[in-house]
Amino acid sequence: MTRKRGRGVAAVNYPTGMNLGGDPTQALVHSTPTGNFMVTVSSVDLGQGMKQILRQICAETLGVPSERVVVDTADSDTGPHCMGTFASRGTHRAGNAVIAAAREARGVMLEVAAEMLEVSTDDLETDGAGNIHVVGAPAKAVSVTDTALAAHFQKGRSISGRGMFLVPRSYPSPVDGAMKPATCYAHACTVAEVEVDVETGEVDVISLKNVYEIGRALNPRMVEQQLVGGAWMGISHAIYETTEPYYPQRDHRGVDFNEYLMPGPGNLPRTEVVVLERPAPDGPYGGKGPGEMCANAPIPAIANAIFDAVGVRIDTMPFTPEKILRALRGLEA
Amino acid sequence: MAKIPLHFILNGEERAEFVDSGATLLRLLRDKTGDLTAKSGCLQGTCGTCTVLVDGAPRLSCITLAEDCDGADVETVAGLAAHGQLHPLQHAVMEHFAAQCGFCTPGMLMAAKALFLTNPRPSREDVVEALSGNICRCTGYEPIIQAVLSAAQVMSASGPGAA
Repeated sequence: MTRKRGRGVAAVNYPTGMNLGGDPTQALVHSTPTGNFMVTVSSVDLGQGMKQILRQICAETLGVPSERVVVDTADSDTGPHCMGTFASRGTHRAGNAVIAAAREARGVMLEVAAEMLEVSTDDLETDGAGNIHVVGAPAKAVSVTDTALAAHFQKGRSISGRGMFLVPRSYPSPVDGAMKPATCYAHACTVAEVEVDVETGEVDVISLKNVYEIGRALNPRMVEQQLVGGAWMGISHAIYETTEPYYPQRDHRGVDFNEYLMPGPGNLPRTEVVVLERPAPDGPYGGKGPGEMCANAPIPAIANAIFDAVGVRIDTMPFTPEKILRALRGLEA
Repeated sequence: MAKIPLHFILNGEERAEFVDSGATLLRLLRDKTGDLTAKSGCLQGTCGTCTVLVDGAPRLSCITLAEDCDGADVETVAGLAAHGQLHPLQHAVMEHFAAQCGFCTPGMLMAAKALFLTNPRPSREDVVEALSGNICRCTGYEPIIQAVLSAAQVMSASGPGAA
């Protein structure tokens, strides 16, 4: 048995969101009578943490504790419009929409508080703990709860806001085809080390070193969670997963988890994840989309490592033993 | 076809149900008892998300016949938290961010609990082996392995019988 070791590197630029006919997401924010806040969006939390991130973004913009914010990811039939949770766009698009909605709601909240305190809204600030007070005079204050109660029962006002974020459609230039498909990009770079068995064609990923540039990490633990899982998924795409192993012949396609392979907990390489933060100018508090690009860089890095190890270029995923053995045979011929 | 009477324990409570011959333990739990914590994943015993304990051993409820569980002691994630207190495994999953979509989590927790019953101080290799029948799509497994190791430490520090 001959196992050969190789190392490969790859880097990707990954657009946050997409650009078809324009890319909008909308959000609504309103207060309850007791000064809790509801964010309504149609964006979906599928485990990546959208609810928590939108809650943080809304609380930060309103100037209230995040425990005071509830996020309802509603229903696309009835909620504010969202294009969907895909293209790593959730935090960026929905986050910006929530900022806009929360700003408008904050404006109303401060107007009501200004009337109660008989001061100008310009002189008010929030303490982030549930109170609104006069700048430089923390004793001249009113709680968010009392402000909301007054808005509902005395002023007849709704502490609420509408938020819209739209990346407009970009048309290609008729002269040279240039266009602006995205407004911000996340970046990833992976160094992969592999061992290739030249008798069986099997690839083992020995280590992955990943550096991810994701704008600002709005919730660092959740960012790390996504990146660790995503790096693993890159390995899974690179050497395991396919629905169409003999495309275009479909006779032997995998129909279940016996045939659609995914690595288990015993197939983990040494994985390192380093986060670089370069806040995006148009991102919500600088955030970009870390969701998908973390799985992308490991794939070409592993392909390059295979080339480094045994001198064959495999250009279709996954890099199965069969493809590697065929390519090795091609080298001999 | 005649229904089959079953008498069993579910998370410490006596239950009696009638099932069709050939019905799985997963269907018994989800359809008859209303315990939805065992998830319906691949239905062929390859993904592990339906894992429950039967008499203390991990079983894939999607390929376990309900009628074989007459008289058995069945445990699911619904029984993990006792008296309003989360189980150390549940705490560890939160602390280590070991769940994203959460669909594999019930099976992972029960596979880990089964491990603790036979091996209260598992090594990393023991944990990997115990979880090897469970597929996770989101986490890359490492946070789950770390959570199980950390729960084992907490539980062995709080004395025998904590599982």
